[in-house]
Amino acid sequence: MSNLLQFSISEALSLLEKKEFSTRELVETYINAIEKTKDLNMYLTTCFDQALEQAKISDQNYLNGNQRFFEGIPLGVKDMFCTKGIETTASSKILKKFIPTYESTVTQNLWKEGAINLGKLSCDEFAMGSSNETAARGEVINPWNFEEKRTPGGSSGGSAAAVAAKAALAATGTDTGGSIRQPAAFCGVVGLKPTYGRCSRWGIVAFASSLDQAGPITRNVSDAALMLQVMSGYDPKDSTSSNKNVPNFYNDLGKSIKSIKIGIPEEYNSDGISSDILNAKDMTINFLKENGAEIIPVKLPLTKYSLPVYYIVAPAEASSNLARYDGVRYGARIDGDSLDEMYENTRNLGFGDEVKRRIMIGTYVLSSGYYDAYYLKAQKVRRLIKNEFTEIFKQVDYLVTPTTPTTAFKLGSTQDLLTMYLNDVFTVPASLAGIPGISLPIKLDKNKLPVGIQILGKDFDEQGLLNVAKVIETCASFKDTPNGATS
Amino acid sequence: MKNTDQNSNYISGKTGDWEIVIGLEIHAQVLSSSKLFSGASTEFGKDPNHNVSLVDAAMPGMLPVINQTCIKQAIKSGIALNAEINKYSVFDRKNYFYADLPQGYQISQYKYPIVGEGSIKITDANGEDKVIGIERIHLEQDAGKSLHDQHPSKSFIDLNRTGVALMEIVSKPDLRSPEEAASYVKKIRTVLRYIETCDGNMEQGSLRADCNVSVRKPNGDLGTRCEIKNLNSIKFISQAIQYEAERQVEILENGGVIDQETRLFDTSTGETRSMRSKEDAHDYRYFPDPDLLPLELSDSQISEIRSDMPELPDQLVERLISEYGITKYDANVIVEEKEYVHYYENSAKNRDGKLVVNWMTSELFGLLKKNNIQFNQNPISPNHLNELVELIENKTISGKIAKDVFEIMFATSKSPKMIVKEKGLEQVTDDSVIEDFVDQVINENKDKVKEYLSGKDKLFGFFIGQVMKVSQGKANPGLVNKILKSKLK
Repeated sequence: MSNLLQFSISEALSLLEKKEFSTRELVETYINAIEKTKDLNMYLTTCFDQALEQAKISDQNYLNGNQRFFEGIPLGVKDMFCTKGIETTASSKILKKFIPTYESTVTQNLWKEGAINLGKLSCDEFAMGSSNETAARGEVINPWNFEEKRTPGGSSGGSAAAVAAKAALAATGTDTGGSIRQPAAFCGVVGLKPTYGRCSRWGIVAFASSLDQAGPITRNVSDAALMLQVMSGYDPKDSTSSNKNVPNFYNDLGKSIKSIKIGIPEEYNSDGISSDILNAKDMTINFLKENGAEIIPVKLPLTKYSLPVYYIVAPAEASSNLARYDGVRYGARIDGDSLDEMYENTRNLGFGDEVKRRIMIGTYVLSSGYYDAYYLKAQKVRRLIKNEFTEIFKQVDYLVTPTTPTTAFKLGSTQDLLTMYLNDVFTVPASLAGIPGISLPIKLDKNKLPVGIQILGKDFDEQGLLNVAKVIETCASFKDTPNGATS
Repeated sequence: MKNTDQNSNYISGKTGDWEIVIGLEIHAQVLSSSKLFSGASTEFGKDPNHNVSLVDAAMPGMLPVINQTCIKQAIKSGIALNAEINKYSVFDRKNYFYADLPQGYQISQYKYPIVGEGSIKITDANGEDKVIGIERIHLEQDAGKSLHDQHPSKSFIDLNRTGVALMEIVSKPDLRSPEEAASYVKKIRTVLRYIETCDGNMEQGSLRADCNVSVRKPNGDLGTRCEIKNLNSIKFISQAIQYEAERQVEILENGGVIDQETRLFDTSTGETRSMRSKEDAHDYRYFPDPDLLPLELSDSQISEIRSDMPELPDQLVERLISEYGITKYDANVIVEEKEYVHYYENSAKNRDGKLVVNWMTSELFGLLKKNNIQFNQNPISPNHLNELVELIENKTISGKIAKDVFEIMFATSKSPKMIVKEKGLEQVTDDSVIEDFVDQVINENKDKVKEYLSGKDKLFGFFIGQVMKVSQGKANPGLVNKILKSKLK
């Protein structure tokens, strides 16, 4: 029955409707796949009993013909989403055994439409990392060339790996500086970071509030459109959520891209960027040309400031967002002789090194005497970066860039933090500007590792982004599957 | 140290006079049924941790959503304090760790408060009006409560108050004495209670103040200030300021310097003591809260609130003076509480306003105080006071009898007309009856009459008193006077 794993969301929905197989069969197949891929260390928590219960309801709904929009679709959920009654740790020791009494808006939107939760997927601790190596429960192994133990990327490493390994039909991710797009690229799947405000942040463990955005990680562009449609929507509980209408992304896919303008920013290049990645970019440009798009080289000179700005703004917000993990009300508590000592013990043992590092950086850039030089300056530059995108989008409709400077590197190979931070160099600018971005696989490099290409668009133009991605996807015809996947 | 005659506000020290400079930060709890950023109730006196939402407890992934009622209340307060309403304001995070601060930060307003500069009129020691500048009003969340006395080794946390909206009203350093500070707090409290943006209940902590106090040689350069935290009664505010100013004068006169620090007032000793020095001050790492968009107000939103403002205390004082002919002093006393005004205006309907205000402020307030009864438990209805004054005005009873009637009213809540009727207290205005009283007194005091007639005029008062006594106070004093005079020729 493992052939059920081959179907995408849209295929599965139509086959379920035709009763070619049952939800129960589909869910059991995925449970089986999860068991088989345990070595990749992707799931932190599974909820198979609950999933099978839900499958019964779904099958009943199909039987009665009142199936919901996403009835019976088995999904994995990044551990940053609070899930009612299911342990939610953000891959941190400090939230060990934390079981929320509430469900995040985004996951609730999915369950409401009949999707089924398989379990919680590993990620970097509090989504801080680009390799999944900061996860408290150990790194996830990329299903591509899994015997080489490569990174799935991060922070949504578990989500991207699970989708690539067919241990979930699709997964939710969160993207703060590239945490959906970079792992999607490393794992050869599609990852979409929507416009800031498109998906509610309510119930998602906060890393950097002005940057965090939920999005889908899927096998293909159509599935990304379907997922986004269900995940999105205005939420009065999130003051930064947008009340813009959510289009029918899936139905409106497939529009011609003839004569649309695609900008190729010259700054999205770096020392040591591999020829395979540059080649993937050229391939993409050719696909676009063949489909009648106009290719325009553009300049985004402020790009070089994005990474420094990001590593001020994100830690600043994180240092404050993570203050609530103090051992007083929930999560881990390590006692001490005084309140201060209890704080110190709890936070010292509860947080990993990367999280501590970012809390310290964030605390520093906000402290009196440094605020103006760092945080305030960074916010000003962030505004300029946003303006630069706004201006460029007056000249072109979309931007096409590599998603990452390299393909998936070996776990434990990056000794130097700055090199690690450079992983996000192509994804961070869109996060700072709040604009949507999508990464999709184009080809394999010489090491048989997937190469991703990123498309960026205007605020709330996910539809256009998906259309362009769909055209590229069709041309690239990327069909390889990782050897770590269940077949 | 005593106040000198030249300026009653000055402290007189060994080296001469010292002027006290005071600025106040009043924390006024916003009247609203739910908290500033969550839907949890603000009801006072609930069991610990009863009014706590997921947001208040800072559960992971929870987000604040601004309560529009609190915004309205802040705007209303700003308008009442003649202040500029800022159409653009920002909520910031003030970061610090404490067990009763679940988020690890307080959401407050730092650089861009919702209300800018304003002013308020107070009455100074000489009964003169004085205008005190308001620097700003900003909105912020209250913290929870740590309970240290519930367990020998543990502290308990109550989050009911966590996230309740406060307005911090910051004055300019325009206050010059503990009395002025007290008068300022009273006035702010009165205004906020009038417009119903704060219940002003200081015992419940709905209104608290931090006092910034410094001293200087009259009109000299400003001295170093100390901040006295969290005073929750007007009496404590005055006491703390007085103590603190004298402490500073003593240090300066002995050649010392004032350390800028935060101090606490010990209500049992009446002294202030150091809490933390400037060096130990927190670095709060303020930055705009990324979970909240800047607050933008429209002109129409503000003007709508402005057009809906109730009558303010200052306006009311003017109206009471002109409408009822009472003194400014009396008007101020009445206006202090909205319920007084309501009571007064009801009891003064068609009556002599001055007479009513006297009955209210001296007799009624006196009896309430004597019997330790709150005004809202007052047993005398405005209608009954109105009736009583009517009985005096139409001479049914004398002022003296009225006092007795009033006491019965107070004890029984009965109508004065009924009391007068039951007890037969109507004033005697029948000449022949009064003549009988007068004759009786003259007959019984023949020797005194002799003395009077031989020139001892002062005895006239004695005769009046005797006649009133004989009439059990019911004789009309005017008629008694007239008839006595004619009979004692």
